[in-house]
Formats: sequence, structure tokens, C-alpha cells
Amino acid sequence: MWDLSTNALDTARLRGATYADVRMMHLRQRDLTTKNGQVGTLAQSESIGIGVRVLASGAWGFASTDRLTRESVSACAAQAVSIAKASALAKRGDVVMVPEDAYIDSWQSPFRKDPFELPLENQLALLLAADAEMRRVKGVTLTETGMQFRKIDSWFASSIGSRIHQRKLITGCGIAATFFQGEEIQKRSYPNSFGGQHALEGYELVESLELLKHASRVGEEASALRSAAQCPEKTGTLILGGSQLGLQIHESVGHPIELDRVLGQEANFAGTSFLTLDQLNKLRYGSDIVNVVADARLEHGPGLGTFAYDDEGVPAQSTDIIKDGQFRGYLSSRETAYLIGLPRSSGTMRTESWNRLPIIRMTNISLNPGKWGFEDLIADTDDGILMETNRSWSIDDRRYQFQFSTELGWEIKGGKKTRMLKNPSYSGITTEFWNSCDAICSRNHWTLWGTPNCGKGQPMQTMGTGHGAAPARFRNVKIGSAFSNQ
Amino acid sequence: MSAARKFAKSSAGKSAVSSVELFPEHELRRIIDAVLRLAKSTGADETEVHVDETADSLTRFANNAIHQNVAEHGLNVSIRTVVDSRTARATTNRVDEDSLRAAIEASLSLAHSQPKDPHLLPLPGKQRYQKVSRFVKQTAALTPEARARAVRLACDLAIQNGQVAAGIFASGLQQSAMGNSRGLFAAYRETHAEFSITMQENPAASWAKANAASVRDFDPQKLAQRASEKAHLAVDARELSPGRYTAILEPAAVLDLVGFLFYDFSATALEDKRSCLNDRMGKPLFGKNISITDDAYHPLQLGAPFDGEGMPRQQVLLVDRGVPKNLVFARSTAKSAGKKPTGHGFALPNEYGEAPMNLVFAGGDSSLEKMVASTDRGLLVTRLWYIREVDPYEKVMTGMTRDGLFLVENGKVTSAVRNFRFNQSILELLRNVEQLGPAVRATGEEAFEMVVPAMKVRGFHCSEVTKF
Repeated sequence: MWDLSTNALDTARLRGATYADVRMMHLRQRDLTTKNGQVGTLAQSESIGIGVRVLASGAWGFASTDRLTRESVSACAAQAVSIAKASALAKRGDVVMVPEDAYIDSWQSPFRKDPFELPLENQLALLLAADAEMRRVKGVTLTETGMQFRKIDSWFASSIGSRIHQRKLITGCGIAATFFQGEEIQKRSYPNSFGGQHALEGYELVESLELLKHASRVGEEASALRSAAQCPEKTGTLILGGSQLGLQIHESVGHPIELDRVLGQEANFAGTSFLTLDQLNKLRYGSDIVNVVADARLEHGPGLGTFAYDDEGVPAQSTDIIKDGQFRGYLSSRETAYLIGLPRSSGTMRTESWNRLPIIRMTNISLNPGKWGFEDLIADTDDGILMETNRSWSIDDRRYQFQFSTELGWEIKGGKKTRMLKNPSYSGITTEFWNSCDAICSRNHWTLWGTPNCGKGQPMQTMGTGHGAAPARFRNVKIGSAFSNQ
Repeated sequence: MSAARKFAKSSAGKSAVSSVELFPEHELRRIIDAVLRLAKSTGADETEVHVDETADSLTRFANNAIHQNVAEHGLNVSIRTVVDSRTARATTNRVDEDSLRAAIEASLSLAHSQPKDPHLLPLPGKQRYQKVSRFVKQTAALTPEARARAVRLACDLAIQNGQVAAGIFASGLQQSAMGNSRGLFAAYRETHAEFSITMQENPAASWAKANAASVRDFDPQKLAQRASEKAHLAVDARELSPGRYTAILEPAAVLDLVGFLFYDFSATALEDKRSCLNDRMGKPLFGKNISITDDAYHPLQLGAPFDGEGMPRQQVLLVDRGVPKNLVFARSTAKSAGKKPTGHGFALPNEYGEAPMNLVFAGGDSSLEKMVASTDRGLLVTRLWYIREVDPYEKVMTGMTRDGLFLVENGKVTSAVRNFRFNQSILELLRNVEQLGPAVRATGEEAFEMVVPAMKVRGFHCSEVTKF
């Protein structure tokens, strides 16, 4: 592996590159799904190739190939240099990066059970059993289950001397039941919507989810939603469950802190950010109890944003994003760090595959836990709505105004969960929302949720991100407007 | 197995970068035949092989300069084996014999791990396909230098107008071939080119985009000019109250909304009771001015003339003057419904069945200018953003307006408006269409490209306003 990388680096240098890095990656994936008691997708894939990124004539070029011969890799490196020189035809200055040390290292994400080595029959049998449990509930019209396993090896080499091998094992699993009757479709998912929970773990994640224990409840809640009361439209107190709060963090904190967005580099597609440079260390992002970190280190947890080094060869770090409510930090790369005068990249350059350029991505963007017990929080709430499990999400291209809806809500009256509510939704302005946070549950209720499907970049890249969150309470939130017809 | 890449000089002969040539069709056929032969000797009852090759390039610019510039070239071989009424798929991008054999064995191993499927159909035999021509040499030969020069001109325009440009100029080639052990063989290749530009004039922005098989079908500088002019108009946006507005939706805005409707026409979606057309087929649902066809052969469409099972794509009238008339069928759903497959199936195995991927809306004879001139008070919408489904049966979608929202008063555009969040039922929207423009190949960011018209609709539901 390293011979080809060295070959690419040598070719790039000889062709005039002043900097080069090479990522060889081998990606393996297995997907299992069931639907209504039948096997749906049953597929396995692998992809191996090499991507070469160079700086030449002060500009970037990138080329990739899946032909791993010396000749093809050399041609790929030469192509990257030629592309960089073409980029220089429309540059406004030379690219400069903050310094970084060279590292020679090998790292593997920890796991207990390799799903690729376990009997597939057992995995399918578990999904089919969970599927059957959900279908036992009268009125359920569609049941779906799924598991996804990924093993990613990457070999990073750079012209400053780094040689880093990383292996990551990712597991995802979830189930869902849908109920259609009359003019309504309602759905319940476990442990989260859109494929369930995903983490940098092995098959032990699947076992920890206890699908069979939860399957009948999922079916029953889908069925019960049909006759549940409509979520009212009002301004009031909102408690978000952990997985929904994870997505709220993703959309209203994680994306706006991406420095490429802030600097206009995503203006045509993903958008920009309200967190302009003058806001750093000045903006009151949230209330005093709001503390958010970007933490890619393993000690933060086995999240989809956990690694040892980013795809630019920068070690994993923990960065304060919001500290005691104050806006404190961005996600940066070596290039963007230089542009705003930071001494070092925060280590967030990530790539989906060997054929994609590393770009700034979220790592694990997590809300630190507070002090509340969940039952105490409910008991302390006189009049509110608890919303659980995302159903839809949308936010503007500068990340001010958002609207989310969830699968299920619970009315809280006099400190108790009373009736189920269907079609819950809420909306707001990012900083107003985070400043209205007055209670966060404790570490006992904190989960590092995985978002496996974050899209960004052109060509589009899908990336997994992590979001640690415990249920939290927000005051004076606009509730129910998604289903308002005024 | 030989898989040597061929590099050829660009047609201009000036580029230092060689443009990649795709494998000739006979080479793809050779890969497919090799897999079929290996699979037969490995114990598969039946085998289907897809070979997909892509060579894409994309030049990305922001802050009036190129900041990313990439090229990729890859080939995937995807193998579905059938054994004892069980099927599964394995995919690899390595085409040496050992790797192909390993993929076959992986597919067989996956297939063996599941219960028998009594409804699994045998693979289809040979089919006849309508020819389509969507490979344009000038697009295939486009160099990074040519893209950079076009980007430079667009950025120069931005600087000249005191604006900041961001966008992409992309081009590429792709081909797909498939064959199976019953003698089916199908092959298709196309080129594609895309230019998208956002012009920012602080704090406003506007946008223009085009996508076609031929890079000659659009002019990047005209798109840059249009975005620049609209960005200037978008400065000094005023805030309006949320409410229901007459909305003039440009084609990109129409596309990104109605694009969410395509899967509802899947027979599997109805069978699963997750389509908004459940209990609504054959009944008036939209306005009488709405007719929708799925037509892979339309001159403004791209895409192969066959589906993931190798069946020829049929033209299907989905909506006839407001009434949903027909669905699309993969082979299995067609059999259970007593219909013929329409050539819209996804590669098996999958749980989604099929979908129309080449929607063509019937247009009208209005124009954006006529729509504006006929409007007392309304909104002109450039594009929409971050659209997600709120209610799957009423097809209520939420999202934002973006990059150019304007107030129309007394037949004229009078000012820019701060962006709105909308919560709008697509079903209701297509009942409220007052005027249609000619259908064009539209391109946005939420849906894949389709042929849709601009629309003037009444009662578009703007529910909240944002800060810009």
C-alpha cells in the first residue's frame, strides 16, 4: 500500500506539486433489510482506490483512480497536478496552510464482535423476528428493519512525511412500523428514525438495542398515533428527547460552525452561516447551561465522528464550540485555520471515500450533560410537550430558522406525562432557541447518537456524524406550526 | 482480466491533462461474460451482472476563485446470483478474476443465508431497447482548463459588479451495461455537463443553474449574468408577514417540490400503503391543467432506456388532466397486479420496487413575464431549499425560499423579500395552478432533473419568515 502512495507523492513532486497527500481506502459494506416479513435488501460491496490531492502553482487539484498499478497511480498523481495548474487560472492568491507535524501511526476503532465474521443467518433471523413482532400489532400496515455494517481501512500519506493507517468498524441497526388508515400515515421507529442508531462499534451495538423487547411497543405506538390528539399550535414549553436533540445540534450548531461555510466556500450549495467571524467569542449562542464540544477523540465515545486522525493527517481533538452559552470555536482545516489566523487546524477534514476530496465535516458535536434526572424534569414541568424521534427537519441556508417534526409527542400537565399527541412539530430561530434552554438531563440519560446520512460537498459526499445529547427543556418555543393551515 | 485504462489527449491538443476514455462496449460485455462463466462454475442457478463506469470532473469556485477541482474515474461490477429461490447481490470495483470470483461467492453466501422466496421470478430473457443518443463528444472532451477559463470569466463579472461568485462547472461520462445468464444484454452511455452559480451582493444572493447532456446547451456566462442581475435586485429585502400568497415558481422551484412526488407512483409504494395515491387512483386529485408522463425518451431527458432488471423503459401516462391514471411496475409487482412491467424496477434485491425517474410535466404557453404581468400581489420564487416531508399522505412539504425572493405588485416586480419557510401540500399546489410555462429541463438541488414548467399558483402557504 505504502509503495503506491510513495509513488504518487514522488510523481506529484516531480510534476511540480509543493504539497501532496494521498489516501488509499478500502471500504466494505453489508446491508440487510426486511419488509413485511420478507427479506428486502441483501447486499455486500467493496471498493478500493486511491485519491491524490496536491498543491501546485498555489492552487488545489485532486484526482482519483481505482486501478492500483504503479502506472495508473502515477497517471492519477500527474492528473492531479495538471488540474491544480488549471485551478491556478482562476485563483486570487496562493493557498497557505497552518503547519502540522508528521505522524507515523496505526489505529483501529475498538469493537467486541465483528459482524462480518458472525453468521449472517442469525442477523437475518433477528431482523425477521423483530419484523414479526411489529406485525402482530393490529392495524400495522408496514414493517421495516435493517442492519448496516461498514469496515473502512484508510492509508494516509503526505509529502510532509505522515504515514497513518486507520481501520474503522461501523454498525447501524433499527426497526420501524407504519400505520395507514383513512387519510393518515403514522410511523414509529426504534431506537431512532432513518435507520436507527449508528456507532463506531461492532455487533455488540445490535445486541445492546434489544430489538425484540421493543418491537411490539413500536407497533403499538404506531397504531396508537392514529387515534392520538393532534399536537396543539401554541408557544410553550418543549422537552426534546435525546435523539431529536441530537439532530437539533447537528442542524443548528454543527453546520453553522463549519468554517468553509462561514468563509463562503459552500455558498452555492450547502449555504453559508450566520456565525460570521465577528461573532467568535462575542455571540451569546445559548443560555449559561449550554456547553457544546466538537470531540473526535475516542474518550468522547464510539461516535460516527470518532477517529485518531482526520483525512488531512491532523490528530483528533476536542474543541469548545459553546462554553457557558458563549460561542467559542469553529470546525477548521489547515487551510481555513490559516485564513482566520488560527495556529492549528481543529482536525475535521473528512472524506467519504477514496474518490472524494476531504472537506470540513462535523466530528462528534455534543451537548454536555446537565444535572437533571429525566423523571425530575418531567415532574418539574407544569405545562409542556415532550417530542421524540425525528420525522422531518429543515433549516435555512444560513442556519437561522428551523422547523422540525417528530414521530410522537406527549402532553405534560402538572408534572406528568398525560396523553399522546400526533404530528408534533416546533420551529424557531437558532440562537433564540438555545438561549431558551433551562434544563438538561444528566450523564445517565446522555447518548452519543449517530447521524449516518449528512450530505455536503460537490460532488456530494455522505458522512456519519456523532451527537451526544440528553433530553433537555426549552421555554417559549413555537409549537405546531408545521400542521397549521393558516 | 485486462483493465488497462486508456488516456487520450483532449481534442484541443493544448491541455496537459488527458481526458479519460470509457471502455468500449465489447470490453464491458467481456467482463459480464467472464462473470457469467465463473458464476455458472461456482454453482449459481442464475446470474445477473451490472457494470457501471464513471469518469467525472468538477471545478468548484467560491470567493471569485477556484478552490476545489477534482476528477474521478471508477468502475463497479455488481453481481446478483440466484440459487434455490434465493437471491443476493455483491459489488466490487476490482475486475481481476480472483476478485470477481470472490464477489460471486459473497453473493452466493448471502443468498444461501436467507429463507426461500417462493415469489422470486426467474431472470428475464433478451429484450429489445429503443436507441437513445446522449453521448456528446464536446462534453466528453471538456478539459479542466476550459472549465477554469469559463469560471474565470464568471468571477471577473462578479468582481466587475462588486459581487462574489460561487458555484461549480462539472462534466462527465458514464456508461452502464448489464447482462444475465438468460442472454439479456443492455448497454448505455451518456455525457453530462452542469454549471451552477450563486452571485452574492451582501447581504443578498441569487442563483442560476443548467444541466444537459451537451455542454453546448447552456452558456455559463449568460447564467452568471442572470444570477448577477437578480442578486442586485435582491438587495434591500423587506420583511412581509407570513400567510398565503400567489406564487410564481420558476422551474427549479417547481422541480424541487414536485420531485418529492415521484415515488408515490410506484406500485410497491401503494402496496406498502405509504403512497399519497392510496385510495386516490382514478379520482380527480389535481387541476385539469396537470398531466404527467414518465418518458425516458423525451429529448430533454437523460438516463438509460432500461431499468435495473434489464426491462425496456416504457412511456407511462401517470396523471391525465388531474387524474392519477397509472403506476409504474417492476416485474414482481406487475405479476402480482396482473400488469405488464413498465421498465421502472430497481436492481434486485430491494424493498422499494420501482419508481418513475424521467418525469415530464405537460407545460403551458405562459411565461414568467406574463405570470408577473397578470399578478396583482404575489411572490416570484427563484429556488427552494431544504425541503422535507411533513405529512406523507397529504404530501405537505416544508422548506425555505432561497437566493432571490421578490414581491410582485400590480404586474411588476417591486422589491426583494426576506425568505420564507413554507408548509405546503403538493396535492393542493397542483390543484391551484393558474398558469403554466413551457416545460423545460429543470435542475435544482433536492430532486433529480426533470422536465417541468414554471407555475403560477394561488394560496402558497408561507408559514414563517427568517432573518434575511
